[in-house]
Amino acid sequence: MVKGHQGEGVRAMNLEILFNAITTLRSKSNQYPNTSLIHIEGVNTKEEVSWYCGKQWIALLLHLGQVPRPHGNSGVVRAKFKSNLPPKSMGDRVRVVMYPGNI
Amino acid sequence: MAPKAATGRTSRNPDLIRGVGKFSRSKMYHKRGLWAIKAKNGGVFPKHDPKPAAAETPAKPPKFYPADDVKKPLVNKRKHKPTKLRASITPGTVFILLAGRFMGKRVVFLKQLTSGLLLVTGPFKVNGVPLRRVNQSYVIATSTKVDISGVDLGKFDDQYFEKEAEKKKKKGEGEFFEAEKEEKKVLPDDKKDDQKTVDAQLIKSIEAVLDLKTYLSARFSLKSGMKPHELVF
Repeated sequence: MVKGHQGEGVRAMNLEILFNAITTLRSKSNQYPNTSLIHIEGVNTKEEVSWYCGKQWIALLLHLGQVPRPHGNSGVVRAKFKSNLPPKSMGDRVRVVMYPGNI
Repeated sequence: MAPKAATGRTSRNPDLIRGVGKFSRSKMYHKRGLWAIKAKNGGVFPKHDPKPAAAETPAKPPKFYPADDVKKPLVNKRKHKPTKLRASITPGTVFILLAGRFMGKRVVFLKQLTSGLLLVTGPFKVNGVPLRRVNQSYVIATSTKVDISGVDLGKFDDQYFEKEAEKKKKKGEGEFFEAEKEEKKVLPDDKKDDQKTVDAQLIKSIEAVLDLKTYLSARFSLKSGMKPHELVF
């Protein structure tokens, strides 16, 4: 019913900006698939990421997760999901929702 | 019992470290004036006779003793406090709802209920949002405020929003099939009237402000290139 009211354009409470699920947390030779790294478009510094911390992700309509913390200085973000993101989704879009709100 | 100490009264015997007071027992005796209390009472501490115990009705022996010892659950004396509101949330603030059926709608905040949830209304005529409870986390508080001083909110509390307790129907065989048909849920008329009363006041304050009505009827959405972390609400 909700979808009937809103077209996709208006429904953008979800941030449909391109978020790239870049990779899983890793060092050179070891991967830690429980945490993914996500690049949020338009966010380029650590300080900007702090706005998103605590917000929820929805990836591929299946995985729910949270934005806990930034990763490095350039606005990449670490995200943990209820179940690990499948490796196929590296490079795929991911959505961030604006709640829990803090404004 | 002696009346409670006035607010702001500190203890007479401050702690040096936890568990160790500054003053000794004999010093405290003097500080508390126990010698004066004794003197007033003829050299002895005043005795209070225990209140006569109410005559106990002889307890009937219970009819039923459980076979096993049943453990009693521990007493839970926790009291529920309503959530602390963010500084940006004051009565009359315009919210943007972030989730749920009315996602993206701009609504007016009325008051916080004892459960901590926020009571909110569209107003209904303006954007179709009825009197509703909303969680603080699912809301963005904008800096726009509406004057709600004329609105009477005394009758709204969490009880008002509770579901009607469904009466348990005893199902006979024939009634099984009838019970399948659920009655259509119709909003009772008095709730509709409440909505109208509250909204009548609100709409007056809203129409007094230029463009506020159109603002409230429009939905919020993120457009291409909008960065929420750079938006000022």
